[in-house]
Amino acid sequence: MTTLDEGTDLGMPELRRDGLFGVPAAPDPGTRKEFTSDQEVRWCPGCGDYAVLAAVQGFLPELGLKRENITFVSGIGCSSRFPYYLDTFGMHSIHGRAPAIATGLATARGDLSVWVVTGDGDALSIGGNHLIHALRRNVNLTILLFNNRIYGLTKGQYSPTSETGKVTKSTPMGSIDAPFNPVSLALGAEATFVARTVDSDRAHLTSVLRQAAAHRGTALVEIFQNCPIFNDGAFDSFKGRDTEGSIIPLVHGQPVRFGADGSLGVVRAPGGGVRIVETSSVGDGDLLVHDAHADDASTAFALSRLTDAGHLHQAPIGIFRQVERPTYDDLARQQVSTARESLGDGDLATLIAGKDAWTVPA
Amino acid sequence: MSKQVKQLERVIIRFAGDSGDGMQLTGARFTAETAAFGNDLSTLPSFPAEIRAPAGTMAGVSSFQVHFADFDILTPGDSPDVLVAMNPAALRANRPDLRPGASVIVDTHDFTKRNLARAGYEQNPLEDGSLEDFNLHALDLTATTVEAVKDFGLSRKDAARAKNMFALGLLSWMYGRPTEPTIEFLSTTFAAKADLRDANITAFRAGWNFGETTEAFAVRYEVRPAAMAQGRYRNITGNLALAYGLIAAGRLSGLPVFLGAYPITPASDVLHELSKHKNFGVTTFQAEDEIAGVGAALGAAYGGHLGVTATSGPGIALKAETIGLAVMLELPLVICDIQRGGPSTGLPTKTEQADLLQAKFGRNGEAPLPIVAPRSPTDCFDAAIEAARIAVTYRTPVMLLSDGYLANGSEPWLLPDIDALPRIEPDFARTTNHTVQGKDGEDVQTFWPYQRDPQTLARPWAIPGTPGLEHRIGGLEKEDGSGDISYEPANHDLMVRTRAAKVARVAETIGRTYVDDPTGDARTLVVGWGSTYGPIGAGVRRVRREGIAVAQAHLRHLNPFPADLGEVLHRYDRVLVPEMNLGQLSMLLRAEFLIDAVGYHQVRGLPFRAEELADVIRELATTKETSP
Repeated sequence: MTTLDEGTDLGMPELRRDGLFGVPAAPDPGTRKEFTSDQEVRWCPGCGDYAVLAAVQGFLPELGLKRENITFVSGIGCSSRFPYYLDTFGMHSIHGRAPAIATGLATARGDLSVWVVTGDGDALSIGGNHLIHALRRNVNLTILLFNNRIYGLTKGQYSPTSETGKVTKSTPMGSIDAPFNPVSLALGAEATFVARTVDSDRAHLTSVLRQAAAHRGTALVEIFQNCPIFNDGAFDSFKGRDTEGSIIPLVHGQPVRFGADGSLGVVRAPGGGVRIVETSSVGDGDLLVHDAHADDASTAFALSRLTDAGHLHQAPIGIFRQVERPTYDDLARQQVSTARESLGDGDLATLIAGKDAWTVPA
Repeated sequence: MSKQVKQLERVIIRFAGDSGDGMQLTGARFTAETAAFGNDLSTLPSFPAEIRAPAGTMAGVSSFQVHFADFDILTPGDSPDVLVAMNPAALRANRPDLRPGASVIVDTHDFTKRNLARAGYEQNPLEDGSLEDFNLHALDLTATTVEAVKDFGLSRKDAARAKNMFALGLLSWMYGRPTEPTIEFLSTTFAAKADLRDANITAFRAGWNFGETTEAFAVRYEVRPAAMAQGRYRNITGNLALAYGLIAAGRLSGLPVFLGAYPITPASDVLHELSKHKNFGVTTFQAEDEIAGVGAALGAAYGGHLGVTATSGPGIALKAETIGLAVMLELPLVICDIQRGGPSTGLPTKTEQADLLQAKFGRNGEAPLPIVAPRSPTDCFDAAIEAARIAVTYRTPVMLLSDGYLANGSEPWLLPDIDALPRIEPDFARTTNHTVQGKDGEDVQTFWPYQRDPQTLARPWAIPGTPGLEHRIGGLEKEDGSGDISYEPANHDLMVRTRAAKVARVAETIGRTYVDDPTGDARTLVVGWGSTYGPIGAGVRRVRREGIAVAQAHLRHLNPFPADLGEVLHRYDRVLVPEMNLGQLSMLLRAEFLIDAVGYHQVRGLPFRAEELADVIRELATTKETSP
């Protein structure tokens, strides 16, 4: 077991390790082609899922893992077809349950890199319970949450991330639900890694994936993903050239600054939150320096609240939080090995006889 | 003074008191003593769903019945010969089960005006003559106990709490039970609290001595050890045997056991027990809900573990969709349903066997799965291994239907020879299994996840980490062989029939129906499944003693049925199917075999009484021929 030098003393065995520790490395990293299955991709033309798939297919060889030790588990929804298109092990499961299934798999098998592919309806509506519990347990999973703010596969009903007032097939007079902010939700659920990226920004997406994969514990990556059929343009503010005023880039150790020529920035607000100011109105030293590794998630949460709740014009992008905490699966496996070391491998005949057995003579 | 000793063949004792009176412990200790003594025995614990119902009320009454004998017995017994009632509510709640002549030992301490009223008594039954049919021993057990332990400096409340051990000591004297196991038990249990340990041991001994010296008890009873087959025995409850069966299945298959579960009565003990045995390579996952419990188990099964979930009926309802996924994925999974009274929350601590149709049909689409049901507490061990064998061999979820009576009831268990238990072969896929034509017409080796074993129709179990066998599976319909998504009509029809055929093929490995028909000329067959085995068997014995020929068959496999079952059923003029539901097995038998099965149903949250079943069997077996 490798351990790091520093860390919070949790009174627990030290289990901080890289996210891919224990997964066998490939002698040859392989190619994008080798990670691509023979199945015809069946998303709608222009779907943001294509871009994410291409990024993942291109990125996986970089991990340098044996392909057979990578498993993708998905739920139900357009994005959940994802595993079919990767030539790794994969399971297209049932609606909302991928984190639960992946928890069992990751706990059973420390030698696998386990990925969950889910959507806003899958992860936050029908599967909300499993998502928050995976996050609090900190199971070693990487969860890709494709957020298109709509139900695509069922042809266009509002989702738990749709803005209030959204007119859809099931809300002809406008949705009356308040939406979830997935990043805020994950932070509230004790997540140890929370990031947000955009389908069309391959470089950023890949960089976030890289760090998510390296994180030991549950990594939640929200991906703004355009649905060209039922919610086209929902993320237009974050695409193309003119995104300076929309994307609030979060870079660990850097002041949070955005807008044309860095004219806007984020400072701490009285009362504990954060707010956006014109940088000209404050000193350079007053800008909030992003600390993704802060033990306290309050500032990360405050940053997540800079995301528009209605139509999206502005949102922080990047890694909100990345902290170390022992993972459920490591601890579960360690309890098994500790029991075996201290008690010896169980003897079945002794176990079933118990302490009060008696003998009936012939 | 040496007291008279009277020989008995069998005795039924029921300890009853308030939920906080320690009646379950008292019963369990008496049972352990009885097991050590060598009687055959069967127990029936009964307790409220509330952890601490209001003290002294009927709702709070907890009881433990133990039946022991010098011959092999099948049930915990119908009517207690001895009722130990620690308060008015315990007396009132259990009195209807007593026959005239029964002994009633009552702790009079709580027979105050207030507690009588709480129990719903208008007059004191100890004084109004209403118990004159019984052999009544009205004693202030509490005061006697407090007096006996006064030297240990306990609070009056703690001192009084030892009254259950006093009662146990008294009954142990009365039936000549060995005392060493209980003294050893108390020494271990209270090792860290010397005053409580000494007080409880003293109370226990005082109870024994009280029986020995007091004039109130003139007779001791002797129930000789039962003639049991040679071997090593222990007493065991169904849930414990089930947990051990799962651990054994892990050993027999070489697969690590992974239990995903959410606490639910009466299944939680399986989770508790398995969580203690991590040194057997067992992983337990207490999930956020029932769905995650089975989901994680399925995920672990996908990863090559023996995936197990344990729950009760409400949990099965929640797990249905995931079980359907397991049917589609064709992965091994053992699903334990420890049935309880339903529907909905129903009777959490009471028994019922009304989940058979849920087990068989409770999923969308045609989603068949094998169903196995243990018939006694000890049989839970073998049934768990059998469920795992079928699951692993046929790559299918298997439902194991126990119930609250089996879960908490206990009986002596002849310990099996571990080395003689059958191996379970996981037979993981290691290599490609299919050849396709490449672009240039060349042969390309590939892996087809749905290419089946021609004998079992099982598909290969290729776990992640196996090089060259990367593949995708999911809940969408598969193309036969390749496992690719397919919406093709003929393929779907084929796959639905193939999944059904695979489950049907399990019948090839489960043997023929065992029919107990000693005279060979019975015209009436009694068919049961699950925990009714004991009461049906006891009822059948009774009518046979009257010279009436009756055959008995008890089904362990509810899906598929044994291949010869139809032929067996048609051999008899009359088929009686007693069930603790409104006719679920009889519905299946009527539908599948077109026989006129006669049902007998009770859903009282309690096991059948042998006597009532004897009446029903006698009536049917002696009916004049009605067949055309």
